[in-house]
Amino acid sequence: MARANNPGALIMSGYGLNSEMETAEALMRAGMASDIVHINDLIAGEKTLSDYRLMVFPGGFSYGDDTGAGNAYANRVRNNLWSDVKEFLAGDNLVLGICNGFQILANLGLVPAFDRDRPREIALMPNRKGVLECRFVTLKPAADNLWTKGISHLYCPVSHGEGNFSCSEETLKRIEREGMVAFRYSRDDLSPAGGEYPYNPNGALADIAGVTSADGKVLGLMPHPERAMEFVNLYDWPVRKERLKREKKPLPTESMNMQFFRNIVEYFGK
Amino acid sequence: MASYVHRIEVQYSRDPRLPTRTERFRSLGFPLRELHLVDVYTIATAQRDFSPEELSQIGAQLSNPVVQRYSVDQPTEAEFDYAIEVGFLPGVTDNAGTTARQTIEDYFGFRFGEGEAVFSSQLYLVCGDLTPESLERLTAALANPLVNRVHVRSREEYAGKGMDAITPFVHLHDLQAAGTVDLDLPDAELARIGKEGILDPATGERRGPLALDLAQLHAIRDYFRRLGRKPTDVELESLAQTWSEHCKHTIFASAMDDDVPRGLYKTCIQAATNTVREAKGDDDICVSVFTDNSGAIVFDDENLVTCKVETHNSPSALDPFGGALTGIVGVNRDTIGFGLGAKPCINIYGYCVGDPDTEPALFRGKNRTNPILPPRRIFEGVVRGVDVGGNCSGIPTPQGWCYFHDRYVGKPLVFAGTVGVMPRANNGRPLHEKQALPGDLIVMVGGRVGKDGIHGATFSSEALDPASPVTAVQIGDPITQKKFSDVIVKEARDLDLYRSITDNGAGGISCSVAEMARESGGCHVLLDRVPLKYPGMAPWEIWISESQERMTLAVPEEKIEAFMNLMKRREVEATVIGTFTDTGRCVVEYGGETVMDVDLDFLHDGLPKKHLLTEPVKTAYPEPDVPCPDRLDDLLLAMLKRKNICSKEFISTRYDHTVQGGHVLGPVQGAGRVQTCATLTKVVPGSMKGVGLSQGLFPMYSELDPYRMALAAIDAAVRGLIAIGVPMDTIALLDNFCWCSSDEPGRLWQLKRAAFGCYDGAVGFETPYISGKDSMFNDFSGFDADSNPVKVSVPPTLLITSIGVHPDVMTAVSMDAKFDGDLVYVVGETGEELGGSEYLAHLGIEGGAVPSLDIETAKVRYGRMTDAITKGLLASAFPVTHGGLLVALAKVAIAGRVGMDLAVPGGMRPDTYLLSESLGRLIVTVAPGDREAFEEIFGSDAHLIGRVGGETFRVSAGERTLIEQAVTAMETAYKAPFGGY
Repeated sequence: MARANNPGALIMSGYGLNSEMETAEALMRAGMASDIVHINDLIAGEKTLSDYRLMVFPGGFSYGDDTGAGNAYANRVRNNLWSDVKEFLAGDNLVLGICNGFQILANLGLVPAFDRDRPREIALMPNRKGVLECRFVTLKPAADNLWTKGISHLYCPVSHGEGNFSCSEETLKRIEREGMVAFRYSRDDLSPAGGEYPYNPNGALADIAGVTSADGKVLGLMPHPERAMEFVNLYDWPVRKERLKREKKPLPTESMNMQFFRNIVEYFGK
Repeated sequence: MASYVHRIEVQYSRDPRLPTRTERFRSLGFPLRELHLVDVYTIATAQRDFSPEELSQIGAQLSNPVVQRYSVDQPTEAEFDYAIEVGFLPGVTDNAGTTARQTIEDYFGFRFGEGEAVFSSQLYLVCGDLTPESLERLTAALANPLVNRVHVRSREEYAGKGMDAITPFVHLHDLQAAGTVDLDLPDAELARIGKEGILDPATGERRGPLALDLAQLHAIRDYFRRLGRKPTDVELESLAQTWSEHCKHTIFASAMDDDVPRGLYKTCIQAATNTVREAKGDDDICVSVFTDNSGAIVFDDENLVTCKVETHNSPSALDPFGGALTGIVGVNRDTIGFGLGAKPCINIYGYCVGDPDTEPALFRGKNRTNPILPPRRIFEGVVRGVDVGGNCSGIPTPQGWCYFHDRYVGKPLVFAGTVGVMPRANNGRPLHEKQALPGDLIVMVGGRVGKDGIHGATFSSEALDPASPVTAVQIGDPITQKKFSDVIVKEARDLDLYRSITDNGAGGISCSVAEMARESGGCHVLLDRVPLKYPGMAPWEIWISESQERMTLAVPEEKIEAFMNLMKRREVEATVIGTFTDTGRCVVEYGGETVMDVDLDFLHDGLPKKHLLTEPVKTAYPEPDVPCPDRLDDLLLAMLKRKNICSKEFISTRYDHTVQGGHVLGPVQGAGRVQTCATLTKVVPGSMKGVGLSQGLFPMYSELDPYRMALAAIDAAVRGLIAIGVPMDTIALLDNFCWCSSDEPGRLWQLKRAAFGCYDGAVGFETPYISGKDSMFNDFSGFDADSNPVKVSVPPTLLITSIGVHPDVMTAVSMDAKFDGDLVYVVGETGEELGGSEYLAHLGIEGGAVPSLDIETAKVRYGRMTDAITKGLLASAFPVTHGGLLVALAKVAIAGRVGMDLAVPGGMRPDTYLLSESLGRLIVTVAPGDREAFEEIFGSDAHLIGRVGGETFRVSAGERTLIEQAVTAMETAYKAPFGGY
């Protein structure tokens, strides 16, 4: 576990990242305390990455998506914190990037990271429709790993202008072969979205919504499970509630998306 | 001057947006085969040049090698017919350029200095055989001459050399000093100063309207006579800002006729709030009303919520994107500037625009010069402005609406609102109170000051000249604002580092500092210290500039070091620009000289009182006389396609409504995805309470009966919240008057009637106003295609926004019908009230009886609704508004993707019954098992009209079938009009 009295998770903030508070809340509900740390405080050495076990790049609009979503923030990390990050990755630690965080990870080459050079090999291009898309999507796990354990599906919002997963055919083959696709966009019945809008909301190659690094310790995910932690956050909760009521079943308070955060906490509790 | 200039062009290898972009422009009538886009960064430096390797490194930093390629000082190679490059004019906010600069600075570890910058531009490569006219139209569609520079080249001209590298630096040479202005002039000359501005001694031109009338100018002249000196230009410009209609709301403040001696604001709006608060006693929900940047109500024992709704109409007519963007980020600052700083947690929007399928020929100048922007351009521009502003700021934007009418073509109305949340106290200090003390330092944080928005609210021809070196139009920079918003609301506030804060909005620091100076009793400002975007600004310009993304704070001397250190660590520019005093004076220094020294009392309260007179306007319209069709199927589909009724879902999905994790009832609901009236959002993670928002607006009632119009807006706003389960006693209101020609006695009479309606509605429902805003001259004056003068005035428009606290969001009710067999009820009474309705608008008829409101009955009904929702008896609920029962029932069915079998009662023409817009009504669906309990609560006020079931929407009157439509066909009609957006 993290050093005594220290929270286990470091959640990055600053320059337009904006989902740090709800991400901290989700982790807290799953049993893990977080520090929200401005990137400049890491650069200035006021906080130290190696004090933590989980590093999270949360959602947001860092640098207003200028020069490509996540690109400018990734440059700031690479130009100032690169050795710390590499050292962190070498340890028994996890890195999670959600939405803008995934875009940052992709630009940093932390996913797919087939080798230690970590070149950029995947891109999250502008959505096919060319505008931001905010809507609930259904995600089906595509691999059996620490992130997807016990999850039958997630149902949570996407909200991004650039989530259109793209890479070379060769990279795709390798990602798929090595079981690095963590989640895919799917239809309500969990059959493949097949690229069809709105099930696949952005045109992502092979319906890919989330990938891990080759070593499995880094996950990038476009949709936002932290924005639908509770039953009442789900798009269709009113009709679910009415059905449960008539079946005289109890109403849940949590949503299925919390399992995602529990998995992270359980990994460290092992 | 920059000596080294390099151009980096970035292009997607396979642009995923290409088909959508091309298709969009094809649908606008351009015969394009393809429209490619290249991002261009022009780097201009003076202190050092970059080597070819370094430039390649920069290219790599600004692009993504997986999907993009870049070129350095080499034109992008591609197949095309025309190249159109769109960049910014000098001085226009260039966010992508700023980000690129920061990336380069970070990479090489040096800082760009004065006269060095990165400029972004977009290069469109057009494939297609365009005529010169078509090319010109395309250029006009891609760029706005007020903010953009455009360069066009044919394939041949481009070949080999590409586009020129252009560096739009601002060049202002003369360092200007303050001058004095002689007001001892004949009235005619004095009036000219008020109307056209101070005569600039250097240029010989007028500086732009002060909007001071003769009485005000006399008051200023007399004041300075008493002081025994002439005013400086800084003083005169400052008084003009502080006394403007925008800041002082003189029309709402002035005495009116014999019956409103204290003015409409005090008599109708403030009095309503006072009366309600007194009546509610211990149950008063208000925390702060009218005095601060937002109003605030109690959320729970620990937290309060704030709300403010603003308009940004004039700027949006000129530059819809920039206008709406600065509108939304501006009202966010009214949240950050409330008390000691609330966290923005929900955005609100509302657009009144012309029909986007029309292109009216209206011009600002004679001989078809200076045309207005077409309604579609305005509509798409304002939609995109709030998209960028809200999304980049990480604030959900679930709540909003659009309203279309031809009378909004000259001046659109752009409403932007924000809800904030804050703890009621921090370490025992109430956070909604603030007080700058004498000796506190005046600190400006955020963006720098440029010539942005100086006299910008006026449509002077000078302001429209595209050759003008510096623009009057502003583009927001949401990330700069996000940076200071985060550090203030999430860090500095709770470290207790400052004593007061306010937004720099209209009038810039001249208004914000002078306003805060009232708390301490004076101020002393050193204008030289204000950081500028570029050198060469005159002191009066620095003082009144409306450059965006700035706040002013009062920081005690002993905390200044900690405060400045924190700002530095967050890369937020903060500058001490003076001291708050208790001298009773507003003193401004520049270049070692005093350029302003005015009594605060005169500055704030010296403007002469007015007495306005009104004249009743009675518009008599005959009752409509059109036969009722035998079948109403076509009418149903036509109503669902009406622009004020159909789906504008493309806005809801573009506006992030889930960030911050509080989504409960969003902007679209049900399997059929129908846009709703009210939304519900959780704003405190651990609490099951939520913030409900709704709105009401009936501009088509205004000319017929402005009093009833106001009641309708209030009722609709309140009823929207009632339908989702927000109880009456938690609801507060906000008023936004957007009037026209408010110097005409007839328009003032309508205003008075509407304000009386506001009083009666709020007092009747016991819902206090907590904040409001007015915009009184929404008129367009110009010319038609034949150079005839034309005036287009908006219909008198009142937006009522309602905010309330849901006690337990788990009991909230959505709008969609849920299960086969559920019972469909109309709650409330339907009268023959078609006046101003969407039905009559569809038929092209003006007139009829505007719906009236029996507040007492409605109040009892709404209490029962809350009771029924608390008991879990409703499967769905939806208020009846524009388009009457027919539209409301259809929307409930479409949302649930279920059919209905409905019977209309006898005694009224079926079309009247189905399309009357009588107030106070709701559609609810109820599980059969809950029937008894439900009917026991409502008694005869609930009318059972049918059942949910099947896939067909069927309406009959006795034996006669009126409608039989597949719900899928209705959904298609409902979503058709904006399907291509």
